[in-house]
Amino acid sequence: MSPLLAGLTWLLVFQSAGEALVRLTGMPVPGPVVGMMLLFVALQVRKPLPAAISVAADGLAQHLSLLFVPVGVGVMLHVDRVASEWVPIAAALIVSTVLALAATAWTFQRLARRAEAAAATSRS
Amino acid sequence: MTAEPFFALWVYLAATPLAGLTLTLVMYALAWWCYELTGRHPLANPVLITVVLVIMVLWLTRTSYQTYFAGAQFVHFLLGPAVVGLAVPLAREWPHVRRLAWPIAASLAVGSTVALVSAVGIGWLLGASPVTLASLAPKSVTAPIAMGIAEKLGGLPALAAVFAVSTGILGAALGKFVLDALRISDWRARGFALGLAAHGIGTARSFQVNADAGAFAGLAFALHAMLAAILFPLAYWALV
Repeated sequence: MSPLLAGLTWLLVFQSAGEALVRLTGMPVPGPVVGMMLLFVALQVRKPLPAAISVAADGLAQHLSLLFVPVGVGVMLHVDRVASEWVPIAAALIVSTVLALAATAWTFQRLARRAEAAAATSRS
Repeated sequence: MTAEPFFALWVYLAATPLAGLTLTLVMYALAWWCYELTGRHPLANPVLITVVLVIMVLWLTRTSYQTYFAGAQFVHFLLGPAVVGLAVPLAREWPHVRRLAWPIAASLAVGSTVALVSAVGIGWLLGASPVTLASLAPKSVTAPIAMGIAEKLGGLPALAAVFAVSTGILGAALGKFVLDALRISDWRARGFALGLAAHGIGTARSFQVNADAGAFAGLAFALHAMLAAILFPLAYWALV
């Protein structure tokens, strides 16, 4: 089996396991996210990283953009609502996205620098 | 060939799943070409260009979204395995991630709170209707999860998906300018912020720019999705 096909098969197996677990436990998390966690645990046990899974996962990650197109085209169904409330919608989307980006990056960079400085001094 | 058989052929082809799938991939190839031509400029976002081109074609040919989606669903379906596959960059970066557990947890908490409260707050101040507000609340979360959250809050799942994709495009397009202005030089911080604020589309953009940024974007995307699926409904009821 080609590495790409084998890798894709593994991803689908883990997604199915995730979906099954969500159905059985009724937890409010989506199946693929649980599948991701399961695959992550499996990859901690089985090292090094299997080449087939890397090929499939990296291939999909490179063109993740493409996969959002079908949902994005759905905007054509909601033109009326978006047009009638475009001011609050546009303001909320733009301002909130900028604020979330800024707050997250700023917090991360500050705390990561501090954590790494502390680790460096304790080592020396 | 006279117009009539050509029209009949078009009607036949447009109604098959082949048309929607081919249209999506051809327009994406065109959008990707534009993106590369501009040196992967953030404003030439491939999702945005593809969506605009596809909608133009559907509008000109009077094709319904349902007909289009019959073909496009094959692309849409790959979102599931792609999300599962985000475990791979995460496993690769795990030794670094472990050392940064505290910065990751803290910026996740701060970012999730800011994304939810600012979206609902601004929408409410400017007089958005309750249905729109409930659909705006999960906008920073990836579309399939945002739809589930919006439904719980009394919003419209399809509208929530539109807001989520718009947020992803906005974050991927504006991220560079916001992060440069704040002098965020750490690729991990840049990726983490894009994955949190702009989910999968921000993660896609991060992977296209830097491998470290991509891995941390994937991490933020996944953690934020899990946290939001559980906590956003509770937080929203407390807010409204």
